[in-house]
Amino acid sequence: MRFVEEYRQGQRVEKLVEAIRARVTRPWRLMEICGGQTHSIVRSGLDRLMPEGVVFVHGPGCPVCVTPVEIVDQAVALTTHSEVILCSFGDMLRVPGSAQDLLSAKSQGGDVRVIYSPLDALELARRHPDRQIVFLAVGFETTAPVHAMSVLAARQQGLENFSLLPSLFRVPPALDAMLEASQGGIQGVLLAGHVCTVMGLAEYAPLAKRHGVPMVVAGFEPQDLLEAILKLVTHLEAGEHGLDNAYARVARAEGNVHAQAALNEVFEISPRNWRGIGMIPESGWKLRSAFAAFDASLRFNLPSGVGREDPACCSGLVLQGRMKPHECAAFRVRCTPEHPLGATMVSHEGACAAYYRFRKDKPFHDKVSHG
Amino acid sequence: MADSGFSRTCPMPLRHAQVQMAHGGGGRLMRELLEGVVLPAFGTSELEARHDSAVLGLAGERLAFTTDTYVVSPRFFPGGDIGKLAVYGTVNDLAMAGAMPRWLSLSFILEEGFPIAELQAIVESIRTACAQCGVAVVTGDTKVVDRGKGDGLFINTAGIGVMPEDADIGPHRVKAGDAVLVTGDLGRHGIAVMTKREGLAFETPVESDCAPLHHLVQALQEGGIDIHCLRDATRGGLASVLNEIALDARVGIEIAEAAIPVDEGVSAVCELLGLDPLYVACEGRMVVFVPMEQALETLDLLRATPGGEGTERIGTVLGEELGTVLMRTRLGTQRILDLLSGEQLPRIC
Repeated sequence: MRFVEEYRQGQRVEKLVEAIRARVTRPWRLMEICGGQTHSIVRSGLDRLMPEGVVFVHGPGCPVCVTPVEIVDQAVALTTHSEVILCSFGDMLRVPGSAQDLLSAKSQGGDVRVIYSPLDALELARRHPDRQIVFLAVGFETTAPVHAMSVLAARQQGLENFSLLPSLFRVPPALDAMLEASQGGIQGVLLAGHVCTVMGLAEYAPLAKRHGVPMVVAGFEPQDLLEAILKLVTHLEAGEHGLDNAYARVARAEGNVHAQAALNEVFEISPRNWRGIGMIPESGWKLRSAFAAFDASLRFNLPSGVGREDPACCSGLVLQGRMKPHECAAFRVRCTPEHPLGATMVSHEGACAAYYRFRKDKPFHDKVSHG
Repeated sequence: MADSGFSRTCPMPLRHAQVQMAHGGGGRLMRELLEGVVLPAFGTSELEARHDSAVLGLAGERLAFTTDTYVVSPRFFPGGDIGKLAVYGTVNDLAMAGAMPRWLSLSFILEEGFPIAELQAIVESIRTACAQCGVAVVTGDTKVVDRGKGDGLFINTAGIGVMPEDADIGPHRVKAGDAVLVTGDLGRHGIAVMTKREGLAFETPVESDCAPLHHLVQALQEGGIDIHCLRDATRGGLASVLNEIALDARVGIEIAEAAIPVDEGVSAVCELLGLDPLYVACEGRMVVFVPMEQALETLDLLRATPGGEGTERIGTVLGEELGTVLMRTRLGTQRILDLLSGEQLPRIC
């Protein structure tokens, strides 16, 4: 099957690994921003194919992982309103809130529905005019335009029983904050291929320049990632910083202008609280005042308290790349995918879930620095 | 307490006060529920054997006895329906013990308002499937519950089969060095149900692999194969079967990703929906454990039998890494194939 199988073939991968080994003369710390890339790396064992000293710092590109506890609590509170149908992507259902997750809210009688697309939520709104459909809209720039389009469609169809509870994030400010905090500890960056497909590359050039690091747009299949890593180490060995694109078959420099237009029509940039990291200015999207009618936090009376986290949960350090999942004392002991302490053990893109599923906790040859 | 499995003498305390969908998923939570709530109440050696059928002794004969309940939604899907499943599923559980399926009980729980025409179609489907398998429905029951209390129709079938004299098939016989085979490509049933349920239309529709397996088992028995263990890969898919056997038999299992058969269409839908075919339910595929020396013969026999043409050898049983399933990826690296967490696809069978 094309498009997927082609990029997983062993022989091509072998050649790329050889080329990387031949190019590298010293240790390099690379960060992959996106949780989907983290999963692919751990699942395929790409980190174990790297030459000694080339290590990965796993970035916070997992929207399920960084959605604040308060938002989960608000979603859970919504399920106690009998008129509400709470719609969500599957991953969010098991993310722990302060007291419970959406899955247990469902088993207690809350109407929680797993959907694959916001269009399904619109369909529910059409079919149930007597109910209030609220969509827990979690994502980065990859999915934000689809949420924007669902709001535009709702307005166009006159659906007054549809609203969003948004938890939408932007990559560039988080990347900026992480590079700043790492004080040179992150030397090269693999950019999120699908975020760049939507937003283009323009936002990253100033970051690469300010921090003096090379950044390469990377895909998700083993071959795509290895091609990006090869480009990245080539730039590093040559002392170059700047932008490069190893995912050009999908991600173009200007991005998807239609998606950007929808996004900017419905949302505006706002500060966002990232679970485990804290408030990052200009790092999120919120609904513009023209679309306030579709904001669930305005339509319903939602709790606004600060959420409670389990003190044993190290998600924050994992998301900042300062700790590997198997170094957390609760990993595999108190914290498992069935009984997660934090979101990184739940999400398909969470680093803790990746290590739990695919690894047997053999220590890596890299050392983790705490700070 | 073991870090990767559950101790059978010390059930883990349950953390949920209510049943969640994942408790029916075939993965970890279901195992917790069984070990924490159900099994401790009964403690029979047959239950402890944890195989698909119980083998019972009766004046010189041995019978296999099993039961299953069918709640699949939607009730009709490409390649099958709940009636067909209700027969094949139970027939297959008997076949996994090496038994020849003979008799079924058939119980319906119907919701008030359920269309009789649909019931007739399902009954006809059951009749056809029974004829195909050579089993007879000999007893049954029907209940009706109020509208709103039953979601259409639930079916339970219990089955009895006759054991050949020397058949001894189960996890207890799995040994280091055994070959691991699977009788065809994976994930068709789960994807067929999923695409129907979600109203997804593809140019090449995927059909359920729903099929009886007892004639494949018979072919092996007649061919003189010393079958160690059989298990059909239903809820939770291949990965769940392998993990269950690794835990119950206290062995390790290593498989090769490149050897696992997955149809292109199934693979494509899985990619689109973010599913892993190794965890998607089948309803007409079994995993076979045989001694190393008989691996090639087993492969040939199965491939020569209708329904087994797609058989592949996928791995080997290890005497180390007990309780763990390891997979050599296409890239040559190794990773764990873990027990399913949560619920990948609910109401699949």
